[in-house]
Amino acid sequence: MITKMNHTSIFVLDQDSAYDFYVNKLGFKVNTDAQMGPKGRWLTVNPPEQPDLEITLMAIDDKMMFDKSSAAKMSELVAAGTFGFGTFLCDDMLATYEELKAKGVHFKKEPAHEFYGFSAVFQDDSGNWFSLSERPK
Amino acid sequence: MPDQEFPKLYLYRRIVQAKLFIDAHSAERIDATDIADEACYSKYHFIRTFRDIYGKTPHQYLTAVRVDKAKALLETGMPVTEVCLSVGFDSLGSFTGLFKRRTGVTPSTFQRERLARRQRMDKAPLSFVPGCFAALYSGRENSNTREAT
Repeated sequence: MITKMNHTSIFVLDQDSAYDFYVNKLGFKVNTDAQMGPKGRWLTVNPPEQPDLEITLMAIDDKMMFDKSSAAKMSELVAAGTFGFGTFLCDDMLATYEELKAKGVHFKKEPAHEFYGFSAVFQDDSGNWFSLSERPK
Repeated sequence: MPDQEFPKLYLYRRIVQAKLFIDAHSAERIDATDIADEACYSKYHFIRTFRDIYGKTPHQYLTAVRVDKAKALLETGMPVTEVCLSVGFDSLGSFTGLFKRRTGVTPSTFQRERLARRQRMDKAPLSFVPGCFAALYSGRENSNTREAT
């Protein structure tokens, strides 16, 4: 029986820039930052209240997961904002929105009360988008 | 976002600015009055609104930021006393006690454990990577763009 998810991946165009985005803008914690020799860098972060979920900031290149042609296609799709990788929760939507805006985060959809809850959509520095939802009070 | 839709948005902006002020000035001698001034609030109203939004008083939040920054500096190998002063604590005793209450270990134990983990990560990075990815990194498997046979 599967019990929980402990690793998931977000494909990023540049790991240094993604590090800055996820750590300094979103406030995530670095879990693992390991140099893997010629195969690149294994970089994972945790959402602040989820120390047992590692999100891998996976470089899109031809060193490990992709061949050259797939990496080029993937980079193009990510940069075009094709992929939504999940939903993040916050305790207070308006405060979180204001803070992320102040830090330069781009919102594709500003906060609104929808039939499914109070939510917004923002993009990371690569173009991946995420829903942001307020935890029900 | 139209401010008309969320008429209290300007209040959130002030509280968020205060939080960002704490983030940026946590190593300095700041207190709730400085922070309330930054947010253009009366001290009492500010503390209550801040706690409603963040679940902590400004002082509790300031302490949490200092502990977080201390953790980051300890991981670099900086001496504990230097870390204590760098993040805004006045005395090593109060820093050590507070750090232990928050994290369950003393700063020096935390540092020893994190540096040892860093050393393991440098020596055997594959042990920090889950199975299938470790196989890709080790070169035992090709990229996942090739189908399994």
